[in-house]
Amino acid sequence: MDATILLLLLQDGVVNGAIYALIALSLVLVFTVTRVILIPQGEFVAYGALTLASLEAGTLPGTVPLLLGLGGLAFLADCAEARHSLDGRTLLRLGLRDLVLPALVAAAAWILAPMKPGLLIEILVTLAIVTPMGGFLYAVAFRPLAHASVLVLLIASVGVHLALTGLGLVFFGAEGSRTPPLSEASFPAGPLLVSGQSLWMIGLTLAIIVALWLFFSRTLLGKALIATAVNRLGARLMGIAPSLAGRLSVSVAAFIGALSGVLIAPLTTVYYDTGFLIGLKGFVAAIIAGLASYPAAAAAAILVGIIESIASFEASAFKEVIVFMAIIPVLLWRSLRSAPIEDEE
Amino acid sequence: MPTRLLAGLGALLIVALPVLPGVPPFWLTLLTYAGLSAIVVTGLVVLTGVAGITSFGQAMFVGLSAYATALLTTQGGLSPWLSLPVALLLSAGAAWIVGAITLRLSGHYLPLGTIAWNISFFYVLGNTDALGRYDGLTGLPPITILGHPILGGGEALLLTWGFLGVCLWLTHRLLRSRTGRAIRALKGGVVAAESFGVDTARVKIVAFVYAALLAALSGWLYAHIQRAINPTPFGINAGIEYLLMAVIGGAGAIGGGVFGAVLVTVLKDQLQNVLPLVFGAQGNFEAIVFGILLVLMLQRAPDGLWPLIVRRSVAAPPARGPAAQPLASRPAASPGTMLLEAASLRKTFGGLVAVNDIGFTVAAGEVVALIGPNGAGKSTTFNLVTGVARLSAGAVRLAGRDVTGLPARRIARLGCARTFQHVKLVAGMSVIENVALGAHLRGSAGPVRGALGLDAAEEAALFAEADRQLARVGLSACRDLPAGGLALGQQRIVEIARALCLGPQLLLLDEPAAGLRHQEKQALGDLLRRLRQEGLGILLVEHDMDFVMGLADRLVVMNFGAKLCEGAPATVRRDPAVIEAYLGSAA
Repeated sequence: MDATILLLLLQDGVVNGAIYALIALSLVLVFTVTRVILIPQGEFVAYGALTLASLEAGTLPGTVPLLLGLGGLAFLADCAEARHSLDGRTLLRLGLRDLVLPALVAAAAWILAPMKPGLLIEILVTLAIVTPMGGFLYAVAFRPLAHASVLVLLIASVGVHLALTGLGLVFFGAEGSRTPPLSEASFPAGPLLVSGQSLWMIGLTLAIIVALWLFFSRTLLGKALIATAVNRLGARLMGIAPSLAGRLSVSVAAFIGALSGVLIAPLTTVYYDTGFLIGLKGFVAAIIAGLASYPAAAAAAILVGIIESIASFEASAFKEVIVFMAIIPVLLWRSLRSAPIEDEE
Repeated sequence: MPTRLLAGLGALLIVALPVLPGVPPFWLTLLTYAGLSAIVVTGLVVLTGVAGITSFGQAMFVGLSAYATALLTTQGGLSPWLSLPVALLLSAGAAWIVGAITLRLSGHYLPLGTIAWNISFFYVLGNTDALGRYDGLTGLPPITILGHPILGGGEALLLTWGFLGVCLWLTHRLLRSRTGRAIRALKGGVVAAESFGVDTARVKIVAFVYAALLAALSGWLYAHIQRAINPTPFGINAGIEYLLMAVIGGAGAIGGGVFGAVLVTVLKDQLQNVLPLVFGAQGNFEAIVFGILLVLMLQRAPDGLWPLIVRRSVAAPPARGPAAQPLASRPAASPGTMLLEAASLRKTFGGLVAVNDIGFTVAAGEVVALIGPNGAGKSTTFNLVTGVARLSAGAVRLAGRDVTGLPARRIARLGCARTFQHVKLVAGMSVIENVALGAHLRGSAGPVRGALGLDAAEEAALFAEADRQLARVGLSACRDLPAGGLALGQQRIVEIARALCLGPQLLLLDEPAAGLRHQEKQALGDLLRRLRQEGLGILLVEHDMDFVMGLADRLVVMNFGAKLCEGAPATVRRDPAVIEAYLGSAA
């Protein structure tokens, strides 16, 4: 391996790492607010990529019926949750959020898809389709378990992952897709050629990190989420609904996931089940950061990206193995400095 | 329906199936696979349902054993019976290493780690030439019994379910043994278990290794029944399916695991026939149903379907009986021996000083009460003395020995037993087994002796001691009830019986009288006086002043983490600082 190859690999690693960073950030966000370890995060990535690819091809994406179905289920779940105070106004609000909003998005997709309105509009439609799914999934799958242990939530999370992967196969089929890059431009930088696509990826990752930081430090809603993460009961006593916080955080995760899918689709062929492995690499980064710190998770994600790109050059058949084994030293280190004993909730 | 009857009927059915005319061979094969899964899921019952930890990666241990026996028998020429112990040891060793790395961390690191490792394992199998890559290995010899090869059909069914039967019996024995009680105690919180000398990290590893051993047995059987293996059945999806079986059947009971394994295996087969017709394409569509089922079960029936079939009850604890040989007990300290010397204890949480230079002593045959308003730091002081919380500064000596910084289970070993302000009993376990947990350190049987039933004499002695202590606190009538069903006051008294079971010299009671009625308080006071007479040193935290004043030899008063004063009840009662702390200043 000479210096040029190493530089190329580093560049590759940083670009992939940016995607893992986005995923790791949303995992940390969802875990701190809801205690759910969001295994299905990878499915949002695959849905984002495949939805964009369908729109590119001028067909109505399979995620549209899925969105309508999930909205319907969420409506039922919301009605059940609010059954003690269900009046006309509440019903209207729930209906608008769970039924009308997805219907509007579906109508937009149905009208726009055959027109092939260009990449930017298509990306916006993709985000509009996938983002509400997060909140709906939270309402249907996780909110009824809000008081269960982390372990039960994790098992439920794996169940959601299974179902979403299977549905991905139903709606998108077994073939993979690729989309055109966001930018065809490329810039020479020393021996490297930096593509516009990779600049977009790194730029958007940074933008999202900044946006998350602003959201949590400057907005009331963001502070409410932090409060819920620190102490659910305390936040509730202060008038913050934990279920709203949960819904919001999983929606943000779905948004970031879909965006990651949009960003990664030009680089690699995405299949209905590709998201799982991408998501797990985000996990490795989040675990390295102890599922707690945003900057540490982002830094660890870049590291994971670099390890992966070097591993795929040196031993491509074993690159997944090498990436996943990277958590061993971290777990070992955490294990050695862990507190002696403490009861979990 | 009683479990025993159900087990008998199930066994009868399995034995009858191969000889019944007209049973399609396909169903024999399907039930063989269900049995293979049930062996793995039985391990998950111990791990998830009993110990409260879980793994998505059991398929990795199945695969490890299957590939090990495949290599040893096809290339090493070994008989499958000789490769079995190697395969078992390999999986157990792998589980021990994985467990040692992750099990000290909080509960979700193990399942996350196992997902990552199972995926890695799959890619290693699929990319290694020596393991046949994705094509796998073929030409494995069948298992032979007395020279007769088992080649599938009814014979494989009987062999698999025979092994399953042995596993169920071993698991049943293990869970009732001393180690089993320690595993079950994890559900009552690790702090309580550690305070009675249980090394919870080790117990978790034992549960994990046991689950891996069962998985390895299943893998060995699978390899030699199938006689060809490839990576697919050892991937992460198989690992998730095992957990699904445990959740659907009910991870809390051994029967639930078997039931879930049969149900999911049959369901999967049916779904694989039906779903491709529905969707008009081939694919892994049963995952949708399984995923939704998993979430629905957790939401609607978190204990699984088994409790809906079987009468829900706590497994009957061992019957009352005399022990051939009573437990060796610790000699009582002679009156006046210094048992506990706490010097300048200090505990800070960030900038907050919760305990500020507290010092006191407890001698044998003396009752010392730690009193003070709420938030004065009394319970934290307790936790510092018993090694549950780490000291920021200061020193603790037990019977003259420096125990500063020792973990709770080492301190328990020195004859220091305690109760908790917030009761920490295993709610689903019977009262007598909860009490017997207190005698954990007075027994020595490990998991192997327990599973094989070689611990009968020791168990009898432990339970005789537990019965004796339960009678002493006057709760013999509640012996076989689940501990969680008792009134809170009674649960506190059960904690005292558990503490006495340790055979302590020093007893630390955190608000023992809270929630007791007047007469119960009097009985408790009498008991503590008797214990004092027998030479025990007792330190108690209590809010009930009548109770404390009539009982304690000395009082230590705390306020805002600091010691306010110390002395005989009558002196303390007149101390102006104490009056001010409790009633506020006159000004």
